[in-house]
Amino acid sequence: MRASIGIRDRSKPFKYLALGLWSLLVLFPLWTMLVNSFKFKNDIYLDPFGLPRAFNIGGYQTVFHNSPFPRYFLNSLVVTVVSIALILFLGSLAAYSCVRWRSRLARWIYLFFVAGLTVPIKIGSVNLLQIMISLGLLDTTMSVVPVYVAMGLPIAVYTLFEFIRGLPEELTEAALIDGTGPFRIYRSIIVPLVRPALATVAIFNLVPIWNDLWFPLIFIRKDDQRTLILGVTRLFGEYQTDWSKILAVLSLSCVPVILLYLAMAKQFIAGLTAGAVKG
Amino acid sequence: MKRSFRTPQDNWIVWLLFALPAVVVYAVFMAFPVVNSMRLSFFSGSGYSLNNFVGFDNYVRLFTDSEISKRFWCAFRNNWIFFGITMLVQNSIGLLFALILTGKPLKGKGFFRTIIFIPVTLSVLVTGYIWKLILNPQWGALNILLSKIGLSSLALPWLGDPRSALVAVTLVSAWQWVGMPTMMFIAGLERIPEDLFESAQIDGAGIWRIFAKVKLPLLMPIVGIVTVLTFVGNFNAFDVVYAMEGANGPPDYSTDLMGTFFYRTGIAGQHPVGIPDMGLGAAVATVTFLVLFAGILIAGRLTGERNEDPGRSGAERRA
Repeated sequence: MRASIGIRDRSKPFKYLALGLWSLLVLFPLWTMLVNSFKFKNDIYLDPFGLPRAFNIGGYQTVFHNSPFPRYFLNSLVVTVVSIALILFLGSLAAYSCVRWRSRLARWIYLFFVAGLTVPIKIGSVNLLQIMISLGLLDTTMSVVPVYVAMGLPIAVYTLFEFIRGLPEELTEAALIDGTGPFRIYRSIIVPLVRPALATVAIFNLVPIWNDLWFPLIFIRKDDQRTLILGVTRLFGEYQTDWSKILAVLSLSCVPVILLYLAMAKQFIAGLTAGAVKG
Repeated sequence: MKRSFRTPQDNWIVWLLFALPAVVVYAVFMAFPVVNSMRLSFFSGSGYSLNNFVGFDNYVRLFTDSEISKRFWCAFRNNWIFFGITMLVQNSIGLLFALILTGKPLKGKGFFRTIIFIPVTLSVLVTGYIWKLILNPQWGALNILLSKIGLSSLALPWLGDPRSALVAVTLVSAWQWVGMPTMMFIAGLERIPEDLFESAQIDGAGIWRIFAKVKLPLLMPIVGIVTVLTFVGNFNAFDVVYAMEGANGPPDYSTDLMGTFFYRTGIAGQHPVGIPDMGLGAAVATVTFLVLFAGILIAGRLTGERNEDPGRSGAERRA
């Protein structure tokens, strides 16, 4: 490829055209949503694409002061943080055990997790619903947490297993001769070393958990227990024509993710595609 | 590991305790429910408890009851159309972008990568709602745009017409996920050694020949992974239809998919059942699982034969 530098690339304009048009197609819906969330109703109809002539923050005000959305946002935050913390902690402990425990059982445990990589957990929804009822967790925000943790563990164990196996064993052996316990080794040697892999696993799980609709939809009906995305489903029923409010909620539910993504785009792209290409 | 000294390595109880919490959570909330839901497809009952063993009755109803089987085959067929269009549109656009972004030097590659991937990070429900607003026939932004540029004849109720609704929903889904195949193909293309293209170029091969003879064959494993991921994703799709059309897959069930059909029968108790019929729902889930399983096997066969690299089989398993 480098050999072709200097020769004019005639396909360049077409490449820019394709990429440029697609970029517009990606940004257009987000732009329309964002600018119109700051407009008065009439201005939306008059000029749906331009910047607002007069700023209307009424939609945002109602969302913050007089709606359940801050509560939904908090619920989602708790669910996501708790789930990911548990996935990382339990997953790395299990992966460490699978790498260093020399027994056939450890091999089977590892394969048990790997088998879950292909299976969509939705298949088990009917039984999961029954389990939540019998545990008395139905209609609680926390009902989704164990499901998300179970869902995230296969990829966590798989990724961390590969990573820990790649670490030189001398590092832990030195500590073992000194008589350090396995949990100390895990906490003060393994965890700091696998931090990059933990970040990948965290990002891989962050997006699907934060954005999940299915499990909140089938587990949670009580209003104050809803997650943000489940809360968004109420928008069209209740605020039928309050456009600035609908658009404010939609904007608020994606802007945090977009900002986080833009701040760490490389890690997001690597993390989210990690589950698929690594072979 | 050299066994010259006894260490806590040999302490199996500690290792078991390390693995146990993860194993228990994963077994109780994933492995067991998945297997048990298949068992429950042979049961019926009232409400949320299933305790009458009925053999294959749920399957018999699913395939022979006139209303239920009609809805099942409709959703099944729609899902294949959904998958076909996604493969055609989303994955070929993804491949095209990957080729552009790994090809000759181009300014702003990183910028375009970032933009293309944005929708992947967003909630399907939210993007579905945004597109639903844009596509609204009366005051949607698309139709305002179309009439501004003199194409108001194209301003149609895309989501309200049974002939176009499924295509519209599929295209929105493709818009959302195109970043996935793009990044996977980029990763695949970047692993192809550059001298392969150079020698092909010296031999006088054009862009198209290099693509067909060098790049595509080497990308086949990635094509396989992308196909499997798309297949599994499409046969589990629910959010996009729920947001844009509703759980009934309107208009006239033209956007009903396996995911929405499962939701109505097993969970919500909407048409074609009156109250939640969890046994029937479990049967629908089991059939979906079998379809996925067969699809993964076939895709693995078709694209896996070309490479004997043992490391690759792991990647396919995961996809």
